[in-house]
Amino acid sequence: MTDKSQPNESRPPGEPAELSERVQPQESSQKGLFGVSGTGDTSGFGGLVRHTTAASALVSTPRPFGEYFDEVVDILNEHDEISEETIKAVVVDRGELTIHVAPDAIRDICRVMRDDESLRFELCNSVSGVDYPDRDTRLHVVYHLTSMTYRRRVRLEVAVTAEDPHVDSVTSVYPTADWQERETYDMFGVVFDGHPNLTRILMPDDWSGHPQRKDYPLGGIPVEYKGAEIPPPNERRAYK
Amino acid sequence: MSAETQDQYADSRDTTEGRVFTVTGGDWESVTEAIDPLSQERLVVNMGPQHPSTHGVLRLVLELEGETVTEARVVVGYLHTGIEKNLEYRTWTQGTTFVTRCDYLAPIFNETGYCLGVEKLLGITEQIPERANTIRVMMMELNRISSHLIWLATTGMELGALTMMIFGFREREKILDIFESASGLRMNMAYIRPGGLSQDLPAEGLAKIKQFLKDMPGHLREYEDLLSGSAIWQERTQGVAYLDVSGCLALGVTGPVLRSAGLAWDLRKTMPYCGYETYDFDVATHNGADVWGRYMVRMEEIRQSLRIVEQCVERLEPGPVMVADKKIAWPAQLALGTDGLGNSLNHVKHIMGQSMESLIHHFKLVTEGFRVPPGQVYTAIEAARGELGVHAVSEGGTRPHRVHLREPSFINLQAIPAMAEGALIADVIAGGASLDPVMGGCDR
Repeated sequence: MTDKSQPNESRPPGEPAELSERVQPQESSQKGLFGVSGTGDTSGFGGLVRHTTAASALVSTPRPFGEYFDEVVDILNEHDEISEETIKAVVVDRGELTIHVAPDAIRDICRVMRDDESLRFELCNSVSGVDYPDRDTRLHVVYHLTSMTYRRRVRLEVAVTAEDPHVDSVTSVYPTADWQERETYDMFGVVFDGHPNLTRILMPDDWSGHPQRKDYPLGGIPVEYKGAEIPPPNERRAYK
Repeated sequence: MSAETQDQYADSRDTTEGRVFTVTGGDWESVTEAIDPLSQERLVVNMGPQHPSTHGVLRLVLELEGETVTEARVVVGYLHTGIEKNLEYRTWTQGTTFVTRCDYLAPIFNETGYCLGVEKLLGITEQIPERANTIRVMMMELNRISSHLIWLATTGMELGALTMMIFGFREREKILDIFESASGLRMNMAYIRPGGLSQDLPAEGLAKIKQFLKDMPGHLREYEDLLSGSAIWQERTQGVAYLDVSGCLALGVTGPVLRSAGLAWDLRKTMPYCGYETYDFDVATHNGADVWGRYMVRMEEIRQSLRIVEQCVERLEPGPVMVADKKIAWPAQLALGTDGLGNSLNHVKHIMGQSMESLIHHFKLVTEGFRVPPGQVYTAIEAARGELGVHAVSEGGTRPHRVHLREPSFINLQAIPAMAEGALIADVIAGGASLDPVMGGCDR
């Protein structure tokens, strides 16, 4: 296996110093009207430059957040084990609360979220990854928690680099995260420190690479005509 | 095992790990006789991935002591088809065609969950026409019935009630007929689309639904006459595969399994969507926390689903089934022909002969698709097997940046070791079946 990120690797010392800078996204822009690449844009809109608004998605929403969101964030801030730096940003979008946290604090925050009597997020619905190739901390792990007592939902999000993809495992708090963290490791190569058995789950054991990363090479389809090949979907001319 | 006593169904070879048997049939006793009981007490049985009672390609590795399971491990991934990855290279509308193939026994749920996510990203949740919402609810409840019928059929078969299998598939066929008359397809319909439905429910479909509502209560009594009083069914299910509420929550188990443990957590009631708060129905619970409880809960859920479908039929009023916004709504008026669903002839006449602008509009929306503002949402619905969550991320393009399905089959399967360890090997089958896993959904 050429895979560099083995599950039992320990975190290199002195890494998470500049995390707060790394969580900030980069500007990204797109040229032309149709996102054409590799061939001339004959539409006449080739000089058009469009800045994507997604780049500024990680700026905290100003208070008040509305609904129950202020209360949840306030209670989290009251806890001594959660320092100011561990909560990177609080984003409220489309009626959903997202709390961006540091990758080495996720376990403590989950424990507080589960055990605090005024939070009581008993159920961890989903753990999964998202790859944002344009950002420095490109690998995001997203946790969806539900409080059945208060009928609330919250999303926790951590971001790590592809070079140092270490996130604390939350299996000791939410045993249901076991398979979901394995899937995120399998698909994105995020290493969950403290997971009891971090192995591949959907792909074969001897697979190399992490298929859900955006830079994972896709296969084309060979055609039985003079060695031609239908290019993989990300290289075809298409609207982007 | 000497050459004379070599069992034709249980080939064996010696390895460094000990003797390995490949059992394909025959008598279990003849296999166990061949093992020296003093030196080889520990028996590791590999059940699956092609075992008939594993609901697809699920593999269970069981460590046995006699007939008691001491350790159970679940291996999944044999049906992984990369649906989530594929979605990232298709438009948002085409995504419906992929997600419907995840949990193939409950396709309407996958489609609805996904479309609710896309609509929330677009901010058009409130604009979905009333008729579209009513038909969505109706189709979801019919799908819940058909999914529970398959559960009843396969579980009955696995526990020895072969008649139940025939009965379950027989009634499910009628629901598939309803789906066919609405969408042209029996499974993987891609009927629910972002913004509404692919096409309206025809009168013929509605007539079939009414007939089904008339027939089904009688069939339910038939199933209960067959199973509930049967001593074998009771022995095989009562007190088997126990999992209480705290176990369910720790392992993330939702749906009928959680409700069979006594917690009335049903997203249709607790976090309503598609207007479920306006329907009159009860949440079925039981406090057995065993296979019997899950059987009772599912039977009751079929009855409650019938109630909801009845209310849907009553309140169904003529109207549009797609949002009015022409920048999002699928441009083609679809019609069901003898060869399946296609563009209606009137629409083809309009864009090819009458309006150049309509043709451009059609072309742009079908080839390029609509743009979805950047952001992320999580929508969850109460599917037949538990909470089906959709985490959809957009970066502002015409294609999803990422779609993750929180599949109840995948999450619930983690509970098998907790249910099976310490129990008999036969109860592994009953316990696994009671989770109702569908591997297409689990592995995606």
